[in-house]
Amino acid sequence: MVAPMAERAAFAAEAMQYAPQLYSAALRMTRNQADAEDLVQETYLRGFRSFHTFEQGTNLRAWLFRILTNAYINRYRAKQRRPIESDLGEIEDLYLYRRLGGMEAAAASLSAEDQFLDMFTDDEVKQALEDLPENFRLPVILADVEGFSYKEIAEMLDIPIGTVMSRLHRGRKAMQKALYDFAHERGLAGQGAGRSEADGTGHG
Amino acid sequence: MGDCNDTLKELETFLDGELTPAALADIRSHLGHCPECLEAFDFHAELKAVIAVKCQNDELPAGLLARIEQCFQTDLDADGRIG
Repeated sequence: MVAPMAERAAFAAEAMQYAPQLYSAALRMTRNQADAEDLVQETYLRGFRSFHTFEQGTNLRAWLFRILTNAYINRYRAKQRRPIESDLGEIEDLYLYRRLGGMEAAAASLSAEDQFLDMFTDDEVKQALEDLPENFRLPVILADVEGFSYKEIAEMLDIPIGTVMSRLHRGRKAMQKALYDFAHERGLAGQGAGRSEADGTGHG
Repeated sequence: MGDCNDTLKELETFLDGELTPAALADIRSHLGHCPECLEAFDFHAELKAVIAVKCQNDELPAGLLARIEQCFQTDLDADGRIG
C-alpha cells in the first residue's frame, strides 16, 4: 500500500509543528499532564490513520483540533452517564473591567510599554481557565487561546453558534471573576485600590 | 450609529472578529469618538491577548514527540496498536 504510506509520511511531516499548541490545549482540557500527553498522542494517531479523509488545502490545524476535541469528549464524557452541563452563577457584565479598569488606565498613563494585565501570573490565568466547568471551558479554550471562529467551534463541539456565543460570554465572565479574586487575594485590588491614582472618570 | 450600550453589547463579537462589515463600521465609528468605550474595548483586547499568551506556553514533556513518532512507525510497520 504505497500511496497511504506516503500520505501518512506527509502527515508526520506537516502535523508535528502543531504539537505544542495541541499539548497546551490538552492540558487546559484535562488539567493533568499524563492525561494531556495521552490525549495528544491519541490525536496524532487518529489523525495519522484518517489522514486520507483530510481535504488537502483546508486547515490542517483546525482538523487536528477537531480530532483533539472529539477525543477529549469521547474519552472523558464516556465515564459520565450523561454530559454534565454545569451552570455558572450570575456574574455582571464587564466584571473585571469595572473593578480594574481604573487601575489599568492609571498604569497605562505611567508606562505605555507594560501591559497592566501582565500582573496576572501564568499559573493564575491557567487556573482561572481550568476552573471553568467543561461546557464553558472548551469554548473559551478554542476561542481565546486558539483563536478559532464561532463556526469552527460550533462544528468541533457540535453545538449551535448561538450556544457557542452564550457559553463564551458566561465562561469569560466567570474567568474574569476568578482573575479578580486572584488580584484581590494578592492585595492588588479591592478597597478601591488604584482608584486614588485613577483619572476619576468614574469608569469602573 | 449606536449608543454606548449598543456598542458594549458587541464587545465580544468585535474582539472575536465576528462582526459583519457594516456592524464593524458602526462600532469603529462609535469608538472613534467615545474614549470611554474605547478604554473598555482596549482592556478586553488586552485581556484576550494575555489569556492567549499565558495559556499557551507549556513546555512539551520530554519524549512526547519521540513517542508520537514511534507510534507512527509502529503503525506503518505493523497493523498498529498504540505503543
